[in-house]
Parts: sequence; structure tokens; C-alpha cells
Amino acid sequence: MNLKKTLLASALLSVAFGAVQTQAADVPAGVKLADVQELVRGGGAEPATLDPQKVEGTPGSHRTRELFEGLYNLDGDGNLTPGVATSYTTNADNTVYTFNLRKDAKWSNGEPVTAHDFVFGFQRAVDPVTASAYAWYVEIPSIVNASKIINSKADVKSLGVKAVNDYTFEVTLERPVPYFVKMTSHQTLFPAPRKTIEKYGDEWVKPGNMVSNGAYKLDSWIVNEKMEMVRNDQYWNNDKTVINKVTFLPLENDSADLKRYEAGEVDITWNLPSDHFKRLKKESPNEVIITPQLGTYYYQFNTQVEPYNNPAVRKALSFAINRDVITKYVTGVGEQPAYSFTPSIVNGFDPETPAYATMTQKEREAEAKKLLQSAGYDKNNPLTFNLLYNTNDGHKRIAIAIASMWKKTLGVEVTLENQEWKTYLETKKAGDFQVARAGWIGDYNEASTMLDLLTSTHGNNDGKYSNTEYDRLLNEAKTMQNPASNYNKAEEIAINQDMAVAPIYTYVTKRMKKPYVGGYQPNPEDNIYTRDMYIIAH
Amino acid sequence: MLTFIFKRIFEAIPTLLILITVSFFLMHSAPGSPFSSERSLPPEVLANINAKYHLDEPVINQFFYYLGGILQGDLGPSFRYKDFTINELVAQSLPVSAEIGIWSFIIAVVIGVSCGIYAALRQNSLVDYFVMAFANIGIVLPNFVLAPLCILFFSIYLKWLPAGGWNDGAWPYLVMPVIAMSTSYIAQIARITRGSMIETMHSNFIRTARAKGLPAYRIILQHALRPTMLPVISYLGPAFVGIITGSVIVDVYFGTGGIGQHFINGALNRDYSMVMGVTILVGSLTILFNAVVDILYAVIDPKIRY
Repeated sequence: MNLKKTLLASALLSVAFGAVQTQAADVPAGVKLADVQELVRGGGAEPATLDPQKVEGTPGSHRTRELFEGLYNLDGDGNLTPGVATSYTTNADNTVYTFNLRKDAKWSNGEPVTAHDFVFGFQRAVDPVTASAYAWYVEIPSIVNASKIINSKADVKSLGVKAVNDYTFEVTLERPVPYFVKMTSHQTLFPAPRKTIEKYGDEWVKPGNMVSNGAYKLDSWIVNEKMEMVRNDQYWNNDKTVINKVTFLPLENDSADLKRYEAGEVDITWNLPSDHFKRLKKESPNEVIITPQLGTYYYQFNTQVEPYNNPAVRKALSFAINRDVITKYVTGVGEQPAYSFTPSIVNGFDPETPAYATMTQKEREAEAKKLLQSAGYDKNNPLTFNLLYNTNDGHKRIAIAIASMWKKTLGVEVTLENQEWKTYLETKKAGDFQVARAGWIGDYNEASTMLDLLTSTHGNNDGKYSNTEYDRLLNEAKTMQNPASNYNKAEEIAINQDMAVAPIYTYVTKRMKKPYVGGYQPNPEDNIYTRDMYIIAH
Repeated sequence: MLTFIFKRIFEAIPTLLILITVSFFLMHSAPGSPFSSERSLPPEVLANINAKYHLDEPVINQFFYYLGGILQGDLGPSFRYKDFTINELVAQSLPVSAEIGIWSFIIAVVIGVSCGIYAALRQNSLVDYFVMAFANIGIVLPNFVLAPLCILFFSIYLKWLPAGGWNDGAWPYLVMPVIAMSTSYIAQIARITRGSMIETMHSNFIRTARAKGLPAYRIILQHALRPTMLPVISYLGPAFVGIITGSVIVDVYFGTGGIGQHFINGALNRDYSMVMGVTILVGSLTILFNAVVDILYAVIDPKIRY
């Protein structure tokens, strides 16, 4: 099958798939629903904003996904489900995407959601006046002129988006990006209600002003107390929504979140404190929900300073970390030891197991000693360095454990150095560290969301790892229909060969959920929708 | 007295100006910026954001923009809560903390002063030891221990009170924040009152009153209470400011939405305008209530005149 046919087939498949599958509450037969359908969710930190084009961070994403809907959604397995778009087609070289929009999609004020709203939303995201921290998200799929507009070198109207008619929306990319449609489930690419935004300016997101097109609409927002949303009766799939009201409590403190849950005031927590995990697992095993997350906890080496510019030293340090001990006894809530940088749960790519992961820990430690000796260090001439992490008990426990592993196996002398969050970020950015704690949660369910991080020019490559072949593979992968082979080669180079970073474990989301909440669909990207849920009589 | 009040207002202006200047430059000299995050932004995106908030201009210019805003009563936009201005956030959160604070203050003063006087009058008795033991526990028991203990006891075990929230200050939501907030103040006030009362009861004018054969209640109420209250009042002035501007612990544990957590989070998030806003607020209130304390001194103590 040639490329064109593959593309057409995949497009048709998504169309066919989308026609039957939508996301909504699916109440099994025989389940008796509670009279009051109201849900209270622990919402993590208070979001910085509810403006979809400006939202950063998962707490904001969770809330905007309730209020707004983009072209497509992603289900629990990372598959596309229709949102405002019912189908799409692409041109021969996969650079022009034409989305057909449903005619029954409406804003909460009853006005139709049209292609013009998507044009306006996409334009807002890149407009320097909006100053969105997520403007770069539009650069990734290389929408025509996105970069130039962000750099104030082109007019916002020149962005490669067009309303062919009210219900046909066209996006033109500078190069084919196979995962573009999946990216449309992100809030940065949601539609924006032009009239409301022009009327209220930055105030448009306030309760009373906001107009939204999702399953819920904003009812009240008291900063640091609660945010209440009520059912949007104009939502195209409103008939399938069961929960009438959802309240998000901004409980950044896990312990406070758990206390509210135990007092019966929260139905689903945002997180759960690791210290309570064992007790909760014993007392309420059915309420503890642990889900692998698309993210990796790792240690970063500053590859620009000696001796961390030497792969042998990096490998020695990585090999000496007993990841099983860390995940079993230090973090202990179901995290998986990580040996590759990309978590294996990522959609469409199953990273090959790197050679060092197949060795026993004893073999790795023996190899680590040899490698460090080859670099000129041993117990008589020990390697000494500072291990930087941001102030946090969890990071501290991991750092103490790993430092003692390094000391015991390699005789390495580590000084732990914790810094307050913003100072830590600044220190890393300035390259003023030797080894530092780091973590990364993927923005979209595709391996490049992780692997791009280690390319030479990436803004978050604080260790300044650079490998031309790695960069080439990742660049080439962007236009490949099946980039898995490139990703495997990239993993092989960055981890097995160079150990640019030392992956430690794959993150998990950990929550408590009351047994009477049905329809909760945990997934690696943590795309949780209240519209899928229902309250069972209890 | 009027001259005194005008003098205090006149003195307050340079004090506040110094406070604003020092805080502004200290805050801006902290490493990192409001927009530094683990996900570092592409330079062009960061440039657009910095331009929007004037952060691309020299710090001195930013300072004058800020001063200009303050003169018009505008504390600026929040860098952390981008949908809100500092004025809006303060207007939303200060009344919550003030309500918890005023109740806590009244309870702290009533219970603290009563316990202090009672203990002083029965110095070295069992009651005295009990009150002082309670006071010492109250002082050393941090509210980050007390708050979760209250929730555990009243909300999870007894299920009497909601574990958190505010609901426009309905009384069940007030009880635990007030307990957490007032305990250490009750303890401090009881200790100060007791010490001051003991000292007063040993003074010559009390001895004279006793020699004249006045009944005990008249000695206490007419003669001892006023001088006893002087050190208590000098403690209450700044304490009142502290209590009505809330506590990060109360806000975090009880999810009340008060202003207390803005102090800590503002600094951690490098929300420059938030830090400045709460600094100006606390600075102004401190100056105001110190002046109130001075006026109360003159009312209570005939030896003091302005």
C-alpha cells in the first residue's frame, strides 16, 4: 500500500470509527442512579487561567476540558473520538487537513460553533497580543506561518487556517505531521467565542461573561475556595450527560485533599499522599486508583562539564541506581522502573528494552564500577559532586536513597543540594549544576513529546546533550507515517549508548475515588471528563 | 490628639514608600521570574509574555509604573492568577480572612484575658498551673498540627463539621478555622495578662486600695484592670493585623479562600504584584493599628498624653 492509500485508509478509519463512538456517560443496564447527580473533584492547584488558549498545567487542562471542546477528543486508549468535528480528510501530501464540523454544536449562549470560531481560536493562540505560554504548541505541527506570527514577523491573519464555510475548517501545515489530528484534543487548539472575547476582553473568562461549548458551563469561581460548573444544556451531546453539576476544589495540599475525601466532601481526589498509600490500600482497596502516566522521573547530567561529558561516567551512575528499590520501597505506589526515556505506555510506539535493562542489578553494578574506573575514579579517588533537586520531601527521599547506592557501589561522594522551585529552575537553566533531578510529563500521546526533549536545540535540554544523529532521527520522524524505528534508534543512542539522562521511573497518577462514582476512565494522559461519569445510588 | 493623628499619617507615607521600594527591588532580585517553569518557553513566546507585563523594560521603569498604579489605587495584574487583578483577589480573599480573624480575635481576647486574670489572682494554685500549662501547649502547638487534628476529630470521626470550604462564612465552616487561628493567641494573651496582673497586684496603689478596705472586685475592676491591659494592648495591635490577614495553614487545610496563602504562594510563584499587594496591605494595617494602640494607651493611662 502506498503512502497516499495508507493516509486515506487511516482517515477513513477515523471517520468510520468516529461515526459510532462518542464520549459520554455510558450507564450499564441495571445500575440505579442517585437522585442528586453532583460531583466534587479535588482539582490540584488553582489554575492560572481558564482561557483555553492560555492554559498551562494539568489543573487548568482538566477544567477547560469540561468547559470547552475541540475538533477531536482522545479516549482512554489515546484513540480519536469526535468532538466538534465529525470527520476529516487530508490532501495527497498530508499537509492540508479539512475538518467537517457538526451543525448541532453550540456555544452556551445558543449560538452555533462554526469554523470561524476555530480560525479565531487558532489565531489567538499564536497572536503575540494574547501572549500565550502555549503558543509553541501551534508551532509543533508547523501550521503555516505560526512561528513567524509568534515572532511578530507576519500578520496573525496569515496563519494557515481557513473557514471554507461555516462548517468546514481547513488547516494547512508547512510539512506533513502525522499526529496533528491528535493534537487538536489539546485546549490550545479549542475554538474561541469571538463576540464574547471582543466584548469583555480579558474579563471574558469570568463567571457570567464566559461562553463555552463543552458539556459544562462556568457558574462560579472563588479563587482558592471552589469553582462550580453546571450542565450546558446547549451541548450537542447533552442528552448523554448525567452529572448536573461539577465542583473543583483547589486542593494543592494532598493531605488536605485526602482529609476532605475522608470526610465525604470530595468524590475524586487530585492526588494522594504516598505516606497514606499502604493504609488506604488496606482499608479501601477499591477506592485507590493507580494509573501509569505518560511521564518519566529522571536524573539529568550536565554534559557540558567534566567528567559528566564522559558517557562512561553517566552510564556508571545510571547503572548503579537500583530502580526496583526506588519504586518498591521509596516511592512505593506502583511506579514502574524506567530504563528507557519514553514510557512504554505511549501510543503507537513500544520502546525496545535497552541492553542494560536485561542485566541483573549485580551485573549492572559490576559494570558501573568498571566504567567509573575507566574514567579514572575509584574508592581511593572518589568522584564528588552536588545532586540538585527542588525542595520536596519525595525528591529528598529519592536523592538520599540514590546517593547511598552510589556511595555503596561506587564510593561516590554526593552532597545533596535542595533549592526552592524557581531558584532550582534558574540554576538548571544557567547550567550551574552537575547532576540534577528532573521530570517530564508528555503534552500529547506520541513519543516525540518525550524524545524531542533531548534534541540539541530544545529549550528544556538543560543538560545540553547533543548528538547530530539523534537530532536527525527525530527531525526525520516528524514527517514519517511510522516513526517507531527512528524512535528506537534514538532511544538506543541517547540512553543505551550515551546515557544522556538516567531514567528512574515512570510516573503514575494516584487518586481516591468513591465507589459510587461510575464511568471514571483513567488513562495515561489523564484526560478525565466529568461528562463520562455518573453517580450511582448509594 | 488631632495633631497626633495627622503626625502619624504624615509619618506613614515615607514609611510605606520605603517599604514598597525595598520590597519591590528585593522581590525582583530573587532568582527566576513569574514565568519560569519546568517547561521552559521558547524565547519568542517568553518575549511576548514579558512585553505584555512590562517585564522586558528596566526594573526602574517597572518600579515607576507600579508606583503610578498604586497612586491610582491599582495594585496591578496578578502574574499567577492571570484572569484576576490583585485588587480583585484581595477584595475576594481579605473579607474571608477578616471574618475568621475578627471572631478569632474576640474569642482570643475574651478567653485569654479572663484566663490570665483568673490565673493571676490564684497564683501558684492548681487553676494557675492548668491555665499556664494550656497556654504553653497552645503556644508550642503549631496550627499545621492543630488544623488536621481538628479535621480528623470533628469531621472524620464525629462528622459534626465540614472539613473545609467557606460557603459565604456559614457558621459550621467558621468553627474549625477559628479554633486553629485563635488557640495560640488565647495562649499568648493569657500569659501576658497573667504576668501583667501579678505585677499590678503587687504595686503600691493596689496595696493602698486594699488598706482602705475596698472589696476585691472593685480593686480588680476599678484599679488593677487598666494598668494590666497596657502590655496586653501593645501585643494586641500587631496581633490584630496578623490575625485578620489570615494564615496560610488555615487557608490550605480548610480551603477557605482567605488571603493568608497569598503571602507564601506569592513569593514562591514570583507573583511580584501579589507580594507587593499583600506587603502594602499588611504594612498599612500595621501602621494603622499601631496608631490605634497609641491612642488607646492615652485613653487608658492618664499619664500618657499626646
